[in-house]
Amino acid sequence: MSTTAPKLPKQVRVISLSHRMSRWDLKLSPYLYISPFFLMFAVVGLFPIAYTAVISFMDWDLVRNTGTFIGFDQYVWILQQPHFWTALRNTFSIFLLSTIPQLLLALFIAAMLDRNLRAKTFWRMGVLLPFVVAPVAVGLIFNVVFADNFGLVNGTLTDLGLTPIPWHKDPFWSHIAIATMVNYRWTGYNTLILLAAMQAVNREYYEAATVDGAGLIRQFTSITLPSLKPTLIFVIITSTIGGLQIFDEPRVFDQFGRGGAGQQWLTITLYLYDIGWGQWNFGRAAAMAWILFIIILSIGLINLAITRSLVRDDGGRGIPKIKKNRKKVAR
Amino acid sequence: MRTSRRTIAAAVAGAATIALVATGCAAGGGDTATEGPITLTLATFNDFGYTDALLQEYMDAHPDITIVHNKAATSNDARANYFQKLGKTGLADVEAVEIDWFTEAMQYSDLLAPVADADKGRWLDWKEASATDAAGNLIAYGTDIGPQGICYRSDLFAAAGLPTDRADVAKLFDGDWNNFFSIGADYTAKTGKPFIDSANSVLQGMVNQLDTAYENTDGSIVATTNPDIEAAYKAVVEKAVPISAYSGQWSEDWFASLSSGEFATMLCPGWMLGVISGNAPDVTGWDIADAFPGGGGNWGGSYLTVPANGAHVAAAQELASWLTSPETQLKAFANAGTFPSQVKALASDELAAATNDYFNGAPTGAILTDRANAITVATFKGPKYFQFHDALQNAVTRVFDGLEDEQTSWNNWVTEVSAF
Repeated sequence: MSTTAPKLPKQVRVISLSHRMSRWDLKLSPYLYISPFFLMFAVVGLFPIAYTAVISFMDWDLVRNTGTFIGFDQYVWILQQPHFWTALRNTFSIFLLSTIPQLLLALFIAAMLDRNLRAKTFWRMGVLLPFVVAPVAVGLIFNVVFADNFGLVNGTLTDLGLTPIPWHKDPFWSHIAIATMVNYRWTGYNTLILLAAMQAVNREYYEAATVDGAGLIRQFTSITLPSLKPTLIFVIITSTIGGLQIFDEPRVFDQFGRGGAGQQWLTITLYLYDIGWGQWNFGRAAAMAWILFIIILSIGLINLAITRSLVRDDGGRGIPKIKKNRKKVAR
Repeated sequence: MRTSRRTIAAAVAGAATIALVATGCAAGGGDTATEGPITLTLATFNDFGYTDALLQEYMDAHPDITIVHNKAATSNDARANYFQKLGKTGLADVEAVEIDWFTEAMQYSDLLAPVADADKGRWLDWKEASATDAAGNLIAYGTDIGPQGICYRSDLFAAAGLPTDRADVAKLFDGDWNNFFSIGADYTAKTGKPFIDSANSVLQGMVNQLDTAYENTDGSIVATTNPDIEAAYKAVVEKAVPISAYSGQWSEDWFASLSSGEFATMLCPGWMLGVISGNAPDVTGWDIADAFPGGGGNWGGSYLTVPANGAHVAAAQELASWLTSPETQLKAFANAGTFPSQVKALASDELAAATNDYFNGAPTGAILTDRANAITVATFKGPKYFQFHDALQNAVTRVFDGLEDEQTSWNNWVTEVSAF
């Protein structure tokens, strides 16, 4: 400050303590108010992430709380495991089988709820009801539905003279069963978010479209869907993260919770849990957690890139670039 | 504004002080039993038969001791808690350990207080042997064991033309596993129904009769080269799978089959009797035979351990010793059916007189005592036993489900366990 003194007439500096305090108050208070979150985040978020990274390079003994540094060995080990690649395949398969039908269904239900219904609140709360059920409880309910011999679905199929479905044997069918549990819980949640976005669309657009003679479907594809773009991207990102971390549903899919005898429904988090808490090998589990972190991060970045390009094109209202140049000139 | 900040600072400082004091208290240590009123914590899971009334007996005899009993819902919860706190602080003064993860705890035997010499010799030899570490210290107090007999459905046996009387059935099953499998194959051929509940319980029964399973006592791994393991796998896949209702136990379908009475036999440790009568109350005809293929076999059972860094180690040892004494264990057996592992308890009249109405009034006490005496082998289970065995069970399941053939599934198991 003192070296590059401005030539403007200097104001008289206030040096009394109370004045100084009040200036600090003005400058520091906002940071103080938001600090609890960041302090909490540092303790329960940042520190564990960093500590996991440290452990992932060590052969760690949980009980004795010690480890020896072994470098990238555990990352190499994980990547060499056929189970890891099976788990990755299963995770993406379950993710696709759950997210796509779920969003289509949510979009449809939201569009229906957006219309003038009697007892609106009742229907809207109704779709959220499955979300309130704990995932493990959902698992217990669907175990009865998807049991191989005495399950509800297979019982009905057998009664109709059809072949029962090998829910716990065939990878594809086990993924369908698990995706059903996920859809049961999350469809209502996504419906409500999409519904909220739909309600924010200006009603005059629809009136104008009706006057112009556009049908319901045309109105949906030309007005509703484009307006939902940002919300849809949010919903897709959150369900991607959720889908890659899927744990509860496959965990309770059979009595062992280890992804099946042939790893038919072993997901990445399930494998991580088994290495950590089943085999007490926290070094490998930590390495696995970091690999998962990197996978989610890279998919998140891809999502972000898509989001940016879509939002920028939205309505052709890009931010003019002249501003930047003007700033340079001013300096 | 200034005042409020100061208040926050004071509150934070206060909280920190309290936290420090609390940690300071927890870290305190003493080792005499006569230091005035103390509280001992006891942590178990499922049902050990340690009722409040039983613990009150001890508190009445030791007025300066209060026992707080914490029960975990499942043995897995207890396992997670045990290994997260062992070597740090926070474990109970007396902690129960299940045999399935006992070998993992044995790796940390130096963190556990050894059993006093006076109590040695109280338990069956093999029960003590598997709790003795390399340094010769006995580090756990045996509670119960799981000697196995064969549970059978006399009504289904009669329909298939097999004997129904307990003694005749015992004679029928008196032999090796091949004898058992051929009886099963005949039954399944005649009735078209599964003979035994699960193929993996047979695998469990066979592995529990081997001296060496997957690891040697010196820590070397023999899983894939041990001819006994390969033979057991082959026998299970070729002979047990065709006569089994399921590959494994405890599934939704397995419970449904149990309660509708689909299969005719089960391998029965003492604690299984309660599982059967509890889940199939409407099925009649269950009985238990004093026989087991290939000699005796143990399945399950637990230990009590005393973490060496506890606050009241000596008092905790005294309590653990009392809880696992023959007299107390007999009371626990009456409470929860946990079959005693103590030599004196096994010889008692009380045990010999125990019968079970659900199992056609069978003298279960006498039968299981016979079965316990028939056990000669304690399989050495290394720290990775659980992983190896679980993977082998998966291999059997893959064949059972028709996902892979016998050889492919074995090869995949070999690949899988080579990575451990």
